[in-house]
Amino acid sequence: MTALADREFFGYRRENGRVGIRSHVAILPLDDLSNAACEKVANNIDGCLALPHHYGRLQFGADLDLHFRTLIGTGKNPNVAACIVIGIEPSWTQRVVEGIAATGKPVAGFAIERNGEIKTVAQACHKAQEYVQWASEKQRESCKISDLWVSTKCGESDTTSGLASCPTVGNMIDKIDPLGAMTCFGETSELTGAEEVCATRAATPEIGEKFLKTWQAYMDEVIEPHKTSDLSDSQPTKGNIAGGLTTIEEKAFGNLQKIGKKTSFIDVLEPAEEPGQGAGLYFMDTSSAAAECVTLQAAAGFVVHLFPTGQGNIIGNPIEPVIKLTANPRTAREMPEHMDLDCSGILRGEMTLDEAGDALIDITIRTCNGRLTAAESLKHREFVMTKLYRSA
Amino acid sequence: MSAPDYLVHGSEDTVGVVVVESVKANAVLTGLDMSTGQTLHMDALADIPLGHKIALKDLAVGDTVVKYGHDIGKVVAAAKAGDHVHVHNIKTKRW
Repeated sequence: MTALADREFFGYRRENGRVGIRSHVAILPLDDLSNAACEKVANNIDGCLALPHHYGRLQFGADLDLHFRTLIGTGKNPNVAACIVIGIEPSWTQRVVEGIAATGKPVAGFAIERNGEIKTVAQACHKAQEYVQWASEKQRESCKISDLWVSTKCGESDTTSGLASCPTVGNMIDKIDPLGAMTCFGETSELTGAEEVCATRAATPEIGEKFLKTWQAYMDEVIEPHKTSDLSDSQPTKGNIAGGLTTIEEKAFGNLQKIGKKTSFIDVLEPAEEPGQGAGLYFMDTSSAAAECVTLQAAAGFVVHLFPTGQGNIIGNPIEPVIKLTANPRTAREMPEHMDLDCSGILRGEMTLDEAGDALIDITIRTCNGRLTAAESLKHREFVMTKLYRSA
Repeated sequence: MSAPDYLVHGSEDTVGVVVVESVKANAVLTGLDMSTGQTLHMDALADIPLGHKIALKDLAVGDTVVKYGHDIGKVVAAAKAGDHVHVHNIKTKRW
């Protein structure tokens, strides 16, 4: 068997050297008003992917910064070969275009004001056709594990997540971290109860302090001002509770199994921030809602996602393939169309954690080579912007 | 051993997790401590669904519940070893 360091996958190497595993031509709306135009373009031109979302008007301050960072990061993601941005007005549209253009990939912007939607769509369709024909000739080439950016987040967790599916992700991260892979976990609120233990997994005490400060800020700014009685129906969720999880602390320790036993995280990222400290594991400050978290990780440049689930969260993402694994035998049996890897054998003693980690590496490499995930084949394209507060 | 009925993360834990689908009251269960590989035994005092917890010792009101070797909450209604342990007798200390 080939040593993991020599395992290859076939990806698309982009103009800036980053490697993608899909080759989308994204049609990206600046704002909610431009969703319809983007969807019209994608309906007309084969091979385009519209990314409708709900926001982009009258945002300001840190919330506006995050909006731009998410849109630009989505366009920059190496799973996107080329991008068309459509906005209601030209100025902010151009800002997103210029941000994406820094990668060297083809990108063009179109504004609807003074032009109308029909003419805008016609112009964007011509450019989209040019892009998809160009992108369709791109060839996959041999890449290494060190070219891979992998994110993880779990959802509808239950006790089997902490016993087996999250440790399976952790086993894979422990194996690919020494090979120079870029990896990322998040879910600030969902580490509550395990935050002190998580801080000890930072590479230095300073990074651990930065993590605790980020966690405390989430508590002070999001949870405390808005909570009513307690969060017992939200964290854990009704699904978590049905699956046997009782408290946020229990859920948090299960969640934390995803970062393995050996790997330390080397920095704390803002939501959608691109990692800047080289290869390694990063913590990103995110909500624990699946679509919000994965959208932020994709915007930071991660190209493939590992998603352990207990009760059966069915999330996908339009540009970052989401690989679903479960250790719950009932979920594996009742929801097979959503699962890419069944690791329930761990619970029965039929499979070791090490074998499960290897199986996850195998399915990840197959996914990188082009195999559609369960979520992709079911057209799950949850693209959800994180909004920090109400618009002006 | 045959496939375990419940798993325990660590030797200090006061709860285990049922990993089979049909545990009924009075069943004699086989468990596995995943940290040591040791085989365990417990008589179930209640029906316990897949994924739900079983008390490994008597738990009194106010006790800290230990899983993963860590504090995962407090006991709010007493449970005997073998009882079903969940939202009716454990609560978070955080919110």
